Amino acid sequence: MKKLEAIIQPFKLDEVKEALKQIGIDGMTITEVRGHGRQKGHKEVYRGQEYNVDLLPKVKFELVVPDARLEEVIEAVMNAARTGKIGDGKIFVYDVAEAIRIRNNDRGEAAI
Amino acid sequence: MNTAFALLLQAAPNLDDRLKKLESAASSAQSAGDNAWMLVCAALVLMMTGPGLALFYGGLVRKKNVLGTMMHSFIMMAVVTVIWAVVGYSLVFGDGTPFIGGLKYLFLNGVGTAPNADYAGTIPQGTFMVYQLMFAIITPALISGAFAERMKFSAMLLFMTLWVFVVYFPMAHMVWGKGGLLNAYLGGSIPTFDFAGGTVVHITSGVSALVCALYLGKRLGYPTEIMRPHSLVLSAVGACLLWVGWFGFNAGSALAASGLATSAFVATHFAAAAATLGWLVAEWVHMGKPSMLGGISGCVAGLVAITPASGFVKPMPALLIGLAAGVFCFLMVTAVKSKFGYDDTLDAFGVHGAGGTLGAILTGVFATKEINDAQINGKVLPLGLVDGNGGQVLNQLIGVAIAWGLAIVGTLIILKIVDATVGLRVSTDDEREGLDVSQHGEEGYFLES
Repeated sequence: MKKLEAIIQPFKLDEVKEALKQIGIDGMTITEVRGHGRQKGHKEVYRGQEYNVDLLPKVKFELVVPDARLEEVIEAVMNAARTGKIGDGKIFVYDVAEAIRIRNNDRGEAAI
Repeated sequence: MNTAFALLLQAAPNLDDRLKKLESAASSAQSAGDNAWMLVCAALVLMMTGPGLALFYGGLVRKKNVLGTMMHSFIMMAVVTVIWAVVGYSLVFGDGTPFIGGLKYLFLNGVGTAPNADYAGTIPQGTFMVYQLMFAIITPALISGAFAERMKFSAMLLFMTLWVFVVYFPMAHMVWGKGGLLNAYLGGSIPTFDFAGGTVVHITSGVSALVCALYLGKRLGYPTEIMRPHSLVLSAVGACLLWVGWFGFNAGSALAASGLATSAFVATHFAAAAATLGWLVAEWVHMGKPSMLGGISGCVAGLVAITPASGFVKPMPALLIGLAAGVFCFLMVTAVKSKFGYDDTLDAFGVHGAGGTLGAILTGVFATKEINDAQINGKVLPLGLVDGNGGQVLNQLIGVAIAWGLAIVGTLIILKIVDATVGLRVSTDDEREGLDVSQHGEEGYFLES
């Protein structure tokens, strides 16, 4: 099993959700986060006081998928989240040691 | 003929009675109209403090200080009211010296439904009293913008209590009290025009704010840490409530539902509009973008500047005064503040001190008897420079200087006293944690609960 952690533009959330639904991915966890990569943020001015706001709002999605489906899921997320501009975000992939469904103690891929 | 004459004679006593009845009905109708308007105005002015200023200031601070900041305005509605009832009204409007009123109205003795002909002959003195109270409430609340996010609540209460006695009551008496030094209509020796409180409200609070900002020092982390307003939405709602409430403040200062109230209403609105545009255009040119915060700051600057002038000037000068205030106050809170580096947190000085001073001086330029024909020593006299009375500008400058002097000296003394007794600033840890938790034991937002 792999865990995908994708950090995307907040306005792309619905498109990414829809793309995952299309390929039959049901479970996901979403967090509103702030951060930046190469995109350096923007300037805000309040009564002449300038602030460089470099931590921008992003959405972080976490989902765990069977190894066999990894590439397919990555492709779906990439296609849905990409605008081609700086700030589109990143995907990180991790190995998952175990998955357990709390309700009935299902283990492994059956639990995701 | 004889018969007709006899009939008229018979009718005469009857006619006399009816005339008297008519006169009394007319005067009670005027009194009812004026009283209705003035009670609404009193409520409008209170609305400027309660939701208006509290939201305007509350939105401009960081979210950990939102309640502490709103409390600074809100608590004045309670504290100043009690002081006013016991002794404040008397010290401003009771007969006294040129500098402070006497104790004639202590505990509101004799202040009831009968009018006080010196101040407002058609409304109950109780209405006049409660209307003036609302001014005494908002004035100290304005100062709190300068020391936001770092002053102890206990110190703030003591400071404000002393401040109304040392600065507000004397200044209000000098300008509006019978026999006050600067009173233009009731026997002052240096007649100064201040229709609704340019010197009394805005210069005193704005200049005291600057003294507070300098004495307390900067907030931790200012100006390097990001200290953005946590909700300009709250501030925008607050500023618009101020704009609406200001009609009570300025038009109500006519103290009657009169033509003068109308011209003050128009001048107030026009100045706010022109100042909004003035600030926004200046900001657009200097900073590249016109902002919501710029717009609402501009409207408040215009409302401040027109306050002393509102019952004296025609609509076109009102537009000019507003435009000048918008640009001038923009430069004060951007260029001047950053050059000197003081942390007047919410720009109480940059808007109220600077805008009030500009407005007080321009009142001397644009005041005209075409708008305000109230008699001075039994005659209608030329008022400002536009009426050919250039000397009035000098009088206005003297009024401004007295307000500045009283605010600086009074505030410094009070700060020393409060600092030596309860201490002014919260501890470093409390300041980091925020005033809401450290001073009040609560938080403004629990969006998850």
